[in-house]
Order: sequence, then C-alpha cells, then structure tokens
Amino acid sequence: MNTPLRRVGLAMLCMIVLLLANATYIQIIKADDYRKDSRNQRVLLEEYSRERGKILARSSNNQIQVLATVQPTNNRLRYLRQYTNGPLYAPVTGFYSTRYGAGGLERAEDEILNGSDDRLFVRRLSDLITGRDPRGGNIELTINPATQLAAYQAMEKQGFAGSVVALNPKTGEVLAMVSTPSYDPNPLSAHNGAAQEKAWREYNADKRKPMLNRAIAETYAPGSTFKLVVAAAALEDGKTKDDQVTATDRIGVGGSELRNYNRGFCNGSQTTVTMETALSLSCNTAFAQLAHDLDEKLPEQAAKFGVGENDLRVPMKVTQSCVGPAAGDQCMTISDPNALYQSGIGQRDVRLTPLQNAQIVATIANGGERMKPQLVKSVLAPDLSEIAKLDEDSLGRAMSRSSADQLRDMMVASEAKTGGDGKTNGLTIASKTGTAETGNDPKNTPPFAWYVAFAPAEDPKIAVAVLVESRDVAATGGKLSAAVGRATINAFLAGGS
Amino acid sequence: MGSPVQGAVGPAAGLSGVGPDGAAPTRRGTELLLLGFAAFVVSAALMLVEANQNEQLTLRIVWYGLAFLALFGAAHWAVRKYAPYADPLILPCVALLNGLGLVMIYRIDLALTEKALRAGEEINNDVPKQILWTALALVLFLAVLIVIRDHRTLTKYNYTFGLAGLFLLALPAVLPNAIAPTINGAKIWLRFGPFSIQPGEFAKILLLIFFAAFLVSKRDLFMVAGRRVLGVDLPRARDLGPILFAWGVSLAVLVFQKDLGTSLLFFGTILVMLYVATERGIWVVVGLTLFVGGCFVAYQLFTHVQQRVANWFDPLSTYADAGGGYQIAQALFGLGTGGVGGTGLGAGRPELVPLANTDFIAAAIGEELGFIGLAALLMVYTLLAMRGMRSALAVRDTFGKLLGGGLSFLLVMQVFVVVGGVTKLIPMTGITAPFLSYGGSSLLANYVLVALLLRISDAARRPQTGVRPRPVAQVPIAEDRTVMVERPPTERPT
Repeated sequence: MNTPLRRVGLAMLCMIVLLLANATYIQIIKADDYRKDSRNQRVLLEEYSRERGKILARSSNNQIQVLATVQPTNNRLRYLRQYTNGPLYAPVTGFYSTRYGAGGLERAEDEILNGSDDRLFVRRLSDLITGRDPRGGNIELTINPATQLAAYQAMEKQGFAGSVVALNPKTGEVLAMVSTPSYDPNPLSAHNGAAQEKAWREYNADKRKPMLNRAIAETYAPGSTFKLVVAAAALEDGKTKDDQVTATDRIGVGGSELRNYNRGFCNGSQTTVTMETALSLSCNTAFAQLAHDLDEKLPEQAAKFGVGENDLRVPMKVTQSCVGPAAGDQCMTISDPNALYQSGIGQRDVRLTPLQNAQIVATIANGGERMKPQLVKSVLAPDLSEIAKLDEDSLGRAMSRSSADQLRDMMVASEAKTGGDGKTNGLTIASKTGTAETGNDPKNTPPFAWYVAFAPAEDPKIAVAVLVESRDVAATGGKLSAAVGRATINAFLAGGS
Repeated sequence: MGSPVQGAVGPAAGLSGVGPDGAAPTRRGTELLLLGFAAFVVSAALMLVEANQNEQLTLRIVWYGLAFLALFGAAHWAVRKYAPYADPLILPCVALLNGLGLVMIYRIDLALTEKALRAGEEINNDVPKQILWTALALVLFLAVLIVIRDHRTLTKYNYTFGLAGLFLLALPAVLPNAIAPTINGAKIWLRFGPFSIQPGEFAKILLLIFFAAFLVSKRDLFMVAGRRVLGVDLPRARDLGPILFAWGVSLAVLVFQKDLGTSLLFFGTILVMLYVATERGIWVVVGLTLFVGGCFVAYQLFTHVQQRVANWFDPLSTYADAGGGYQIAQALFGLGTGGVGGTGLGAGRPELVPLANTDFIAAAIGEELGFIGLAALLMVYTLLAMRGMRSALAVRDTFGKLLGGGLSFLLVMQVFVVVGGVTKLIPMTGITAPFLSYGGSSLLANYVLVALLLRISDAARRPQTGVRPRPVAQVPIAEDRTVMVERPPTERPT
C-alpha cells in the first residue's frame, strides 16, 4: 500500500507546485496588468494616500514659496492636498481631485509628483529598504512670485477677465501665468466628496469660466498686435522700418471696406508713411496692404514665431494658435486675398493664445531667436536634491538680429504713443497694443484688448502679453491692458532678478 | 520524504527528551520550541498590522502572544500526555496557520470597521468569534486525543460514521430555509441564532473514516480483476459500487446544495483512497471519467456552474455582470498589486475583495505578504500534509495508512481548491482555507483532522513492544516496506 501512498504524496506535491506556478504567473508576470487595471481601486487609493510632492516657486531674493503641499490627515486618504494662494496659482498648479482627476501641472507632472517617475527609482528603492512610505518628487517652477502676484492683482483690481503671460526672453522661462477670473483648487482636492462636488458644480456653472486657463487653453483674435508679425515678415523680406507704406484711409475687401481706427488717413498723410509710423499709430490699411503684398510669406513668418505649433507642452499642452480658418490642415493657410488683408491686422481667422503672443514679443526681444517656453525650473527628489534642471531650448531663429532691432525700435516708438498708467521714468519699454473685434456684430461686442511688450528695450529681461476680455465696447488695448502689462514689468524689474 | 528521525543522538535527542520506555526520543521538546517560534511569528505579524494601521503599539501584543502560546501550550500538553510519539511538526504548523489566520481576520476587521464607521453601519467584528472557535476547536482536539487512544478503534463504528456523515451532508438540503438558509448561493449552513455551522465539514471527516474502514474490510473485492480490455484490467461492474456511490453523493451535493467545493473535495478524496486501497490506477481513470462526465452534465444543466466557468475563463470580461467575475477580478487585482513582496501586513486593501476573511483569505495574504508570503504559506501546508503522509507511510496497519493518506490528501485538496480558485487556476468554488479562514465548522473539523493525524503519527513512531518485536521505524522511510500479514510476500505488486 506504500507505493500508491507515495504516488499520492507526489501528486500532492504536484498540486502545490501548480499553485506556486500559477501564483508566480499572477503575481509576477501578470502583476502589472492587474495593478494598472483601471478598475483596481487600490492604485487610486494608494496614490491618494501617498505623500505627494510639493510645487514650489523661488522669489527674486531666493526664498522658496510653497504653492502646493500636503497635510497629513487621519482618514483613509492619508494626505490632503493644499494650495497656498489657490486662485493666484490655479492656472499653473491646476487641481488634484479624487473625484475629478487632476488638471494643470498636477496632471502634466503627475508621475514626478506621485513618485512613480523612473527618475525617482533609486529613491523609491531606498524607501523600500528603509521602510519609509514612498514619497513624490517636488517641482520648482520658473514662476516669479512677485511678478505673478502683480499681474494677478492688476487684473483682479479692475475685475478683468483675461490673462497675463510673462516670459524671460533669453531662456523661455515662464515668469508669470495668470488667468482671471480664477478658482480655488482647495475644495476640489478636499477629502469630502460632497465638498468636491459642490465646488466642481459651482465652477462649471459659472458663466465666467473660472477653470478655463486663458493663457494656454483659449485662443483670441490678436488684433493689432499681429502687426508685429506682418512687420517682421516685411523686414525679413528686405524692407526697413523707414520704407514707405500706404497711408490710405480705406481698402476694399470683398463687399466691405477696411478702415483705420480713427477712420482717417494714417498720420494725416494722403500718400505714404514710414512703416515705423504706421506701426506706432497702428494704421490698419498699411498693414493690410503689407500682408496682401507679402502673401505666402506672412503665414511662413507666423509659423517661425510658433503659430500653428500643435505639440507644445510647457508641460501642460498648449492649444494651437492659427492664422487659417480651422485647426489641422487649414491652420496655416490663408486662402483668398480678402482674407489676407484682414489677417494682416489680426482679424478674420487669426487666433493666438496669450502664451503664443508672449512668445512673439519674447522672440523679438531676444534678437529673433525663439526660446521654448517652459514652466518647470527643476525637478527635485523628496529630499530636495536636484534630479533634473531646465534646459534652455532654442526653437530656431524667427528673424535676423537686425530685423529684430528695427522692430524693437518701432515698438519703442509705439510705446511712446500709447497711453495708460504705469509708465516709469528711465525705463524704455517696447510694446504694441491691440484691440481685436469679436463676434458677428463687432461694433456692439466688447473687443479683446491686448498689450504685448518687453523691457528694458536695450537689454530685455521680461516679455509680457496681456489680454483682457473687455466688457466695454469702446475699450482699447492702450486703455485697459497697458497698465496691467507695465505693472507686471515693473514688479519683475523691481525685484532685480 | 523526510529523513529518519530515529537514531538521532546527542544534543538534539537530549533536547527532545526520551520516551517513557527510554527507547526512542519523543521530540516533544522540538514541538514546544517550534510552537514558541510560531507564537513569535504570529506576534510579529500582529505588531506589523498594528504599526501599519497606525494603532497604538502597547504591551497588549505581548499578552496576546502569551495567550496564544498558552492556548497551544495546552494542546502541546495533551499531545505530550496522550500521544507522546506524535510527529513534532504537525501541531506547530497548525498553530502558525491558525495564528496567521487570526491576525489576518483581525486586520480585515479593522478595515471593515473603518468602512462601517464611515457608512454609519453596524460594526461586526469576526476575530472574537474566531478566537472562541479556536478555543472550542482545541477542546474538541483534546477530546479526540483523549477518547481515541488507538485509531483502529474507529473501524468498529464505521457504518455509524458513514450514516452520520451522510445525514449531516444531506441535512441542510432537506431542512426548511428558516434553519438552513441559502447564503451566497449555497444551501450548506445551519443557523442557530448568531452562530451558523456547516455540517458538511464534519461529514467529510466522518465519511472519510467510513470509507477507510470500508475499503480495508472489503479490500479483496476490489483487487479482483474484471475483464481485460486492451491490456487494461477493468474493474468488475459490481465493484464499481463505492465509486458510483461517491459520484452520486457528490453530484447530489452539487445539485441540492449548489456547493461545488464540497462535491469536488469529497469525490477527489474518495477516489484517492480507493486508489491507495486497491493499488490499481484504473480506478483513477474510471473516477476521472465519471468526474468529467459529471462536470459536463452539471455544466449543461446549471447556470451557476456555467457562470463559474465563464468567470474562470475571463473574470475581467464578466466583471460587471450579476454573479460575474467581480470577486475574482478583485482578488486578482489584489494579488497583482501585492506582487512579489506584498504591500506589507496592514498596508494593503484586502477588504476590497468580498469575503476576504473566509473564502478569499488567500487573496488577502497574497496582497499583503506578496508572492513570497503566499508561497511560504503553501509550504507550511505542504509540510503539514507531508508529515501526515509520512505517518501514513510509517504506520503499520492498513486502516491507519488509508486514513492518514486520506486525511493528508483532504488537507492538500482543500488548499488546492481554494487557493487555485482564488488565483484563477481552477474555477472558483466556495470553500475555506483550512485553519486560516474565518469559520467555526471548518476550524473544528480541521482540528479533528489534525488530532487524527497526530494519533496515527503517534502509532507510527511509537516503539514496538510485545507482539511486534521489529522496530519498524528504524528503517529509513525511503526504504520502508509495509509488513503485510494478510498475504504472502510473493503476491505483492512490484
């Protein structure tokens, strides 16, 4: 009877070996599939209970400000995400919600912040050995807190809806990214589901769209600020700022007429004016004509400034800016001559994000070389040791240095003719305003007011684009946006970076 | 299968003490030492749970550890007194499994309590009940050791056991729903107030004893060859009786109680015992054929069987269906999340799997202790079953061999069915993991099983006196040969 008993013993061992082999398959080979299955709540719960990394910014005097941090709690999700100055930084940090997912940097840099990024692997390993809970990495932003605050306050003070983007023209660092009206991401990351839901509904029901990041997620007709692109194309085409352009008071476009803002001739001249004068007075006919003459060269120049780019991440995805009627194939094509006239003054199908417009002035400020806009200065391990650092990235030359210098001079002349508050003695700003008509009934719809600028003109340290979705039909870029732009510039230069 | 334990001299022998007659070491000291080790492991596991759940660490854990040790110390004392030559590894393995089960049930209690608190529901902790069941089970264990001084006495009551077993097995199916409610689709429980028991758990053991005794007494019948077809000796039709009986009973269990697990266990164990008793592989072939046929018919007839099979093939695709793969999928998610090393005791989310503290406790362990923990646990089961098997090999009477082999196989079969079900190796059938899962009847029945195994191992290792002069146990197990008094040696199969 012992022989069959031994065989049964062997069969028992085989059964155990089968179980072990199967467990190996499930827990080692297929483990990742199961772990990552979207229905596996464990991953979600674990992620929310992990100590998420901080989002930091460094002020001009090298002090670190914490924009997003975590607070330990006693409930099941062990850490509560908290935002200091929530609305001020919401367009940058985004939100982090158990119910609604994440937005902004919280989403774009999730792997670093939750600690799953490969660059944190060694730290994770050491956490494993030391038995410490894995923690996320930190992110330091290029944002300059004083500049961000000044821009935000300038917008909020007047109740403007719009956006301010400030760039360091030499490096592409985003110094400020403001979108108003803003929202507080704190209730969205609350552990109380009802509080999250209430905030989410409230923000989404708000007609003023507080959760829309106007800096990168919305495009606007650039109006006269687009004349900078036309001028750049003309300069690159061999013209100079002193070359004569038409001063006519009207150009027939299809069935209607295109006129100057004051409905008269440019600078009162019946014949021609210099391109510099035309830009400083923002004469529409001159630039419509220039655009018409440049034809294909205009969209080409726009593309060199980054218009039409569809894969830009800062690291949040930036909406495509276009000169043509539709995204995709038609984004960079201006089909007929009539459209070309109107495109020359930033109307018709031309649509830019405030970030794109800021890139254009920053490129001019940087002598024609376009730097990739970036928001993350460095990635830090949980112990604040540096893992990765901002790499300045040139996206190519949009125009020659001499053309850029001439355009700068034209912008300095333009600033001299622009009104508004905030002018500082001893500081030369190069700027351009824009007032873009919107809607089907432009005469009765409040326009978009733009102000793009850089300063100091002789050695640019900051380039800004300000957009205000005005509520006043008679608004102009000079009246509304210039003060905001100058306040932003002054705040940055006062900090002495 | 183990090394010879006899003949070990020196410090180890001294440590283990010497039996009453001074001839062979009893190894009770080894058992006590291993029990201490099990208590240490269980206390450490409890401490990990407390730490990971942010509970306050107090000296309480030491008291729990000592209480655990005292409980199993009593069992150890009983073994020392009533089965002094019993295998020293069996009780510590059981203690370790039972202790880890308690820790896991406590850990799941913590999670469920938190959940209940949040939802404002009633808190229902299982661990106090399980501790009570453990104590009761140990009392029963003691009783079996004391009452049954020689396992061969069991043969005297074999028909009584058989009838009692059948009665218990059939009981829930015939009783009204008020006493025998259908829980989770199976009608296998009897409910008395707050307590519910599964009589089927005890029926398994009783029927096993009956079959062992029955097969021994009628062994010669099954040895007679029937017709020879294609070089294979087929059994005679009338000898198919027992196997047809087993098949019928397991089908009845499947049909009337919708209990796939018990039906599978019952049939598999009887088949193995039949094979061991007759030493003829043809029984396995016949049995498996019947089993496959039964499965096929059951699949055609019953939707719940079809559901189980569908959930087995792809639990993720039937995830959202009623009676679908949600539970298995959650178990797989848990196992996958645990990975090789596990999330750590108390740091996972085992409560996400429904029935985590009963049928799916293996998934909870695989999640928190990882593949390493699950494999270690399977090794403890293997060790336990193999020590049982070893005793069956060494014991001299055929009834003891058959009973020991059957009990050991039953143990492994339970582990295979439940762990295999949880890890999607075989279709899920609802049974408990021996000693680990929450559940009184399972615990009581398995303690009886272990008491019987200890009794057999005591008989196997007890030095020979009187009528049996040859110290059989001194022969290395690998070369061990059974003394067959019934037949002349020339008839033995080679």
